[in-house]
Amino acid sequence: MLFSDLVVIGGGPAGMSAALAAAGHGIKVTLLERMESLGGQLVKQTHRFFGSESEYAGTRGIRIADILREKVESNRLIDCRRGSTALGIYEDGVVTFEEGTQYKKVNMDRLVVATGASEKMLVFEGNDLPGVYGAGAVQTLMNLYGVLPGRKVLMVGAGNIGLIVTYQLLQAGVRVAAIVDAADHIGGYLVHASKVRRCGVPVLLGTTIRAALGTTEVEGAVIQKLDSHFHPIPGTEQRLDVDTVCLSVGLSPLTELLRLAGCKMRYIPALGGFVPVHNSYMQTSRSDIFVAGDASCVEEASSAMMEGAIAGLSAAISLHVPSAGILEQRERRIRELAALRAGDVGAKIRNGLAVMAD
Amino acid sequence: MRIQQHPILNFEPAEEIPFYFEGKKLTGKLGDTIASALHANNIRMLRHEHRPRGLFCAIGNCASCLMEVDGRPNVRVCVEKLRPGMVVKIQKGNGTLGKEEK
Repeated sequence: MLFSDLVVIGGGPAGMSAALAAAGHGIKVTLLERMESLGGQLVKQTHRFFGSESEYAGTRGIRIADILREKVESNRLIDCRRGSTALGIYEDGVVTFEEGTQYKKVNMDRLVVATGASEKMLVFEGNDLPGVYGAGAVQTLMNLYGVLPGRKVLMVGAGNIGLIVTYQLLQAGVRVAAIVDAADHIGGYLVHASKVRRCGVPVLLGTTIRAALGTTEVEGAVIQKLDSHFHPIPGTEQRLDVDTVCLSVGLSPLTELLRLAGCKMRYIPALGGFVPVHNSYMQTSRSDIFVAGDASCVEEASSAMMEGAIAGLSAAISLHVPSAGILEQRERRIRELAALRAGDVGAKIRNGLAVMAD
Repeated sequence: MRIQQHPILNFEPAEEIPFYFEGKKLTGKLGDTIASALHANNIRMLRHEHRPRGLFCAIGNCASCLMEVDGRPNVRVCVEKLRPGMVVKIQKGNGTLGKEEK
């Protein structure tokens, strides 16, 4: 049995930020990461970040992953356990995990769950064919392993991920036939949309995928226009010559461990689906469990890093560790997060969090 | 297919790793997962359960890419690193353990 003041599950931007924030105030942290290296989904984000300068705006995601990883790995208060998958959370404060082929236990006083999110599916004929990928999978294949998913892609979803991954496909030399989105407006930042349009990729709004064609893998796709009630308009089907369909239709928080631990959950579509109820200190309905990043509400990496810092500081504060300026530091982080969400783009999250606070 | 040129990323030449897919000898690269090595060889059908299945999430979340590796079924090939001499097979349904195979 290992002993730790704080266990952090997940070594992505949120989890690493939580571990660093708590360790910065003398807290002993055990960080569990199921993959062989830290970084979460930052390791494949080749674009430059927006947001606040304190969260590395202007820096590429892959570089932010390096910066955080170096800080975490050189911190002597953080026991960084890679290749370790958290399995269970028990009433007596024990977290069990699988490390390689070994079953291990760690006893904790506080827990931060930063498990991230998984990609959503879309219902259409042939959606299980090889060659239909989540947008994250396409990013992983290309940016981590240098492998192409196919030669010509249909992108489904014109949110930020759809737009950014389209640009990354073009950078890797893959053709993108079109981006379709059922909505009547582009969900992502217009600066990203303009970039892909300038490269000649049409963004077809009020349009969806009806089928992926092929016998053993994708050999084509059918798209169709939708009316204002999202009903397909007969006669507007169009066949596209593509070998890959990339779905960028949102993410769902990975909350199994939080449910297991008995944290109160609520269904709030604006936040990604079932989310753990939490306050502005990132504390769940269980006073010893905190959340951060996409597991708390689906947003993006800049906010995940801020939430991680808030969660790590809150865990430290709740352990009654006397540390100068820690309350002020947390207040500053909470203000920065609010500022990040202040604009039009943050409205959805603000509304979702207002529902949660009800 | 592998990326030939990229404006941001630099893919250094890596050591070649030989492995077997359905009895055929193929080559991947050091650092590859089994799934990325298969994709680099233009192989996208990884499993067959009534219908063909392939890679979906690539980060170990979804269980779409389960294959038989060295006689062991249900290996998530998207997160399993490629090692020299691995014997990789398309998994049929739930898969079978090596000795039970008919």
